[in-house]
Amino acid sequence: MTARTSWIPYALIAPSVLFLGALFIVPLVQTIWLSFSAGEGLSLVNYQRMAGDLNFGLAIRNTFLLTVVVVPLQVVLALAMATMVSKLEKGRDLVLWVLTIPLGVSDLAAGLAWLSLLQNTGYLNSALYALGLIPGPVGWLSQETPWALFFGIVLAEIWRATAIVLVILIAGLQLIPKEFSEAAEIFGASPWTRFRRITLPLLKPSLQSALILRTVLAFEVFAVVYALGGRNFPVLAGEAYTWQNENQNYGVAAAYAVLIMAISLAATAVYLRALRTRPEQLP
Amino acid sequence: MTATSSKAPLPDTSRTYTLPSARRFLLWTGMAALLAWVLVPIYFVALGAFGGRTGVFRWPKSIWPSDLSFAPMMQFLNIEGVFNALMNSFIAAGLTVVFSILLGAPAGYALARYSFRGQNAYRLLVLLTRAFPLAILALPLTVSFIRIGLYDTPFGVSLIHTVLALPFAALVTQSLFMGIPREYEEAAWVFGCTRLQAFVRIVLPLALPGLAATAIFAFVISWNEVFAASILTVRERTLTAYLLKILAESPLHYRFAGGFILIIPSVLFIFAVRRYLFAVWGIASK
Repeated sequence: MTARTSWIPYALIAPSVLFLGALFIVPLVQTIWLSFSAGEGLSLVNYQRMAGDLNFGLAIRNTFLLTVVVVPLQVVLALAMATMVSKLEKGRDLVLWVLTIPLGVSDLAAGLAWLSLLQNTGYLNSALYALGLIPGPVGWLSQETPWALFFGIVLAEIWRATAIVLVILIAGLQLIPKEFSEAAEIFGASPWTRFRRITLPLLKPSLQSALILRTVLAFEVFAVVYALGGRNFPVLAGEAYTWQNENQNYGVAAAYAVLIMAISLAATAVYLRALRTRPEQLP
Repeated sequence: MTATSSKAPLPDTSRTYTLPSARRFLLWTGMAALLAWVLVPIYFVALGAFGGRTGVFRWPKSIWPSDLSFAPMMQFLNIEGVFNALMNSFIAAGLTVVFSILLGAPAGYALARYSFRGQNAYRLLVLLTRAFPLAILALPLTVSFIRIGLYDTPFGVSLIHTVLALPFAALVTQSLFMGIPREYEEAAWVFGCTRLQAFVRIVLPLALPGLAATAIFAFVISWNEVFAASILTVRERTLTAYLLKILAESPLHYRFAGGFILIIPSVLFIFAVRRYLFAVWGIASK
């Protein structure tokens, strides 16, 4: 069915290859090179400055903490959403549209939306006040309340990025033949067993890509954090931004970038191994 | 809100397949909670955007709208730089759409219609981009962009946004073209069309809705991107970069107005592409 190999396909992919070469591969190499160069020659100065910075430990801890808390919660919530939506008889399209709205919302806008709830004179405090739990406006997003701030960021992140997991999982669920589940039902498998033994294993490829996508993005988290807490909650990408734009130190910023890339690649490798699907396991 | 309209219990239970009413009640309660979870923050940021200074500091707040007007929003748009930033966002997103379609669609077509040496290497390159936090690659580009005069232009921003959108566009258009039988094209060749004519007259019209959906995704990717846009601009900021910059010093109601403006196109676009959403992501996440 395929046409004879000619120059045509190469001409068709050439522009995108050149483009990705110039704006993906080159900057990638540049970042690594920049992070190891200081004055003349190669050195680890940038990495030493990065590691010696006060915020470095905090940024590492906060970024990992956010990822470890947010990503699993998103997967569980998205699975629950997908299961519930599949049980709907009416209004499924409308429900899906609403549930996927955050997919198109910028992380900055998501942070600002949650800021309207969580700010001192915001709706959360108003509700707590109405219930008689607090005497007046309370700050949740300051340095004195790191856990409340962390919790706020977690909420905003779950609100914003669960939609993408939901879409990937629903797309994956559509590929699973209904007959499998029906057959299991005939043999008396409970809904929970069917979910655990049939749906979940067959959903593994989708789970894998959702996890990779979400984890890579979670290590890049930045604007949500800034919108809610400013500098009160250092994260890796935020530090890279600060070193680049405020301190004008491109070397240390590049060191942060390399660190984020290394963590992302490691996470991707872990997911690829842990959730490997053998071809014969596919429907 | 939309949640309530579909929440009304269904009076007719004469369906062939129905859940027991208790479970159905539970399902709809959960569903209503999820819908509220998504919609309430948007509703509150809208109240903040149209409530102005007095609205933001009113205490305690009521969840019902009061004293809303367009004045605070107009005020925000009249701040020096806001309108310009809005325009820059539109330009950058528009250019991202053009570039990612012009570069991605031919690649998608090549992957769909030809088998050639290096095909898998190309797929690997495209998939590789997904394992990297791409926006961060804007960091070293600052220097080279300054040198070639692309720094601080929406054009420069759109280039890095195209890196984000291009892999997506290539994979989606690939499956789009695979869905159009090649026999249609071959028939056109038989009738004397050149390859290009056959593509333009036969394939393109069939692929147009899918291409439009891809374009909209590219637009949203660029419109929402914060990190690279903030790194690569100083005066000609996009709206996200502008908002990030003024985050620390601007009053709350301006921030909410900005957040609301950022959200609006996304809501409309997701509505426009809702039919394609799952197909597109099913493909792009394979």
